[in-house]
Amino acid sequence: MSTKVLEFERPIVELEGKIKELKHLSGGSQEMAAEIERLEQKARQLQRERFAKLSPWEQVQLAKHPDRPYTLDYLGEITTDFVELRGDRAFADDPAIVGGLCRLGERVVMVIGHQKGRNTKENLYRNFGMARPEGYRKAQRLMRLAEQFGHPVICFIDTAGAYPGIGAEERGQSEAIASSLELMSVLRVPTLSLVIGEGGSGGALAIGVTDRILMLEHAVYSVISPRGCASILWKDPEAEQAAAKQLRMTALDLKTLGICDEIIPEAVGGAHRGFTQTAAAVAETLTRHLDELFSLSVDALLAARYDKFRRIGHLERA
Amino acid sequence: MAWWRRKKEALEPDSAKSKNSIPKGLWSKCESCGEITYTDELVANLRVCPVCQHHAPMPTAERIAATVDEGTWQELDQELRSGDPLEFHDQQPYPDRLARAMRSAGPGDAFLSGLGDVDGVPVSVGFFAFEFMGGSMGSVVGEKVTRVFERALETQRPALVLSASGGARMQEGVLSLMQMAKTSAARARLREAKLPYISVVLHPTTGGVAASFAMLGDLVLAEPKALVGFAGPRVIQQTIGQDLPKGFQRAEFLLEHGMVDRIVPRLEMKEQLGTLLRLMMGAPPRPVPPEPEPTDDGEPDGDGEPVAAPS
Ligand SMILES: [Zn+2]
Repeated sequence: MSTKVLEFERPIVELEGKIKELKHLSGGSQEMAAEIERLEQKARQLQRERFAKLSPWEQVQLAKHPDRPYTLDYLGEITTDFVELRGDRAFADDPAIVGGLCRLGERVVMVIGHQKGRNTKENLYRNFGMARPEGYRKAQRLMRLAEQFGHPVICFIDTAGAYPGIGAEERGQSEAIASSLELMSVLRVPTLSLVIGEGGSGGALAIGVTDRILMLEHAVYSVISPRGCASILWKDPEAEQAAAKQLRMTALDLKTLGICDEIIPEAVGGAHRGFTQTAAAVAETLTRHLDELFSLSVDALLAARYDKFRRIGHLERA
Repeated sequence: MAWWRRKKEALEPDSAKSKNSIPKGLWSKCESCGEITYTDELVANLRVCPVCQHHAPMPTAERIAATVDEGTWQELDQELRSGDPLEFHDQQPYPDRLARAMRSAGPGDAFLSGLGDVDGVPVSVGFFAFEFMGGSMGSVVGEKVTRVFERALETQRPALVLSASGGARMQEGVLSLMQMAKTSAARARLREAKLPYISVVLHPTTGGVAASFAMLGDLVLAEPKALVGFAGPRVIQQTIGQDLPKGFQRAEFLLEHGMVDRIVPRLEMKEQLGTLLRLMMGAPPRPVPPEPEPTDDGEPDGDGEPVAAPS
């Protein structure tokens, strides 16, 4: 199942392998069952302890884990009637961003999210979840559509960043991101963003100017990738581990800095090792925040959204 | 530019000697064509090379003087200072970098904001200071830009921002990133109030500044050859593994691809800003400056000869 095991996942993966083997050998014996139960408890304990003290660099690796659930995985698990809507009506459809109408519980919602590929072929198609201008323009179109019909917008953030390429620049990558930021700041419906993996810079924020900013426990959100930061400030891309620490990019950091409103706990070992449980927590949290936001008038909603971003920053006075 | 040619020719015969004898800073060499210009004259020409029209980098104080009408510039928000919210330490601590930047570029961080008249039009205006940590946007810059828009609303003036920035300031991490949202939200309020906002993009404007308010002007003007884009050329080159086309991300490229309204030479910028602002606001045209009064002898100057003979 697993395509990649990170170093800090190895002990637990090995223990789980042993348990599986034992189960197979035991053939349902009562004596063995007790031993298996003990080992399983030990495995959970080991995992909990290890994951409680992940370094920032380990968090970054986990956020980019190739087995991690992506936007469409969550939509498949927690929504019904999802119908994908495509195209920016100007140039192309960008498969690095998906979007469409669906139901979350009783409520109709517009969902938009970065979409990574699971294998090389998919990644070529999805451009590794790195959107071009048409991706952001599609997102804007879908947001306006949601506003027109009074549906809330939920954005799933999971990208290394907006794509840096010739065509992307020719078609105005900066304008596309900028106009997304502006549109989201005045959209007259409740909006949520949830970082499910990588929150990479402007390409992430372009669908993240929302009433609530939520993060999965092992997601990260940063102004630049640790590697990019290390190349520029340390003049050495290999200093990425130090950069990851300095950038304060874990969910807990974002909560401490007053940017993330709520951290959604993942299954022990990460969302990819307990998807159903993680997805259930996601559905519950999204629904709860929408309930809260729908209790506000549109004017109050917009005023609160403006204040939320207006307050972000650290100022000192001479 | 005949005046210039003459000077150059005069200099040539003993250029070898003068190389050693010119006091540093008195002469400037054009980065583009190699022309040597008397620095005072270059500054008077807004640092535009009189031979090849190359627009050399301009210190922010000179930029303000060239843009805002004399005696009308009122700098505000001067009390704001960057802190070190992340306790960021790369090869040197962020506070050390800040202290050095303040010594060399002044205390205003990478953005100066205030009120002033541009070609006779009162505006809420801000200038990026590229010489301060590459014009990078941290909390202070984001706050000042936001205040330019908010002050435009309060005073019912148009907003004007001249950008030159490498993007978000990494040392303030995600707080810097979020300034893109904060400034764009403030810009949105100005749009709703139907007040004009002109963005001038200077060399270079990239990253989080380009990807927020700098590309959100009602009008976007660029200086000739200014590099403007989301990703820096080096990053793009590394990503795609091929050479970039000539002129890529330059102002002329942006104009061709429909990303800016006009390329405006520096020497015409102030006047064009005035004309455009008046047009956008439906204001009357610039008053025609009065003919200079001849002051030579024998001309009437008001209290000389009587206008009419006494009856
Ligand atoms: Zn020149």
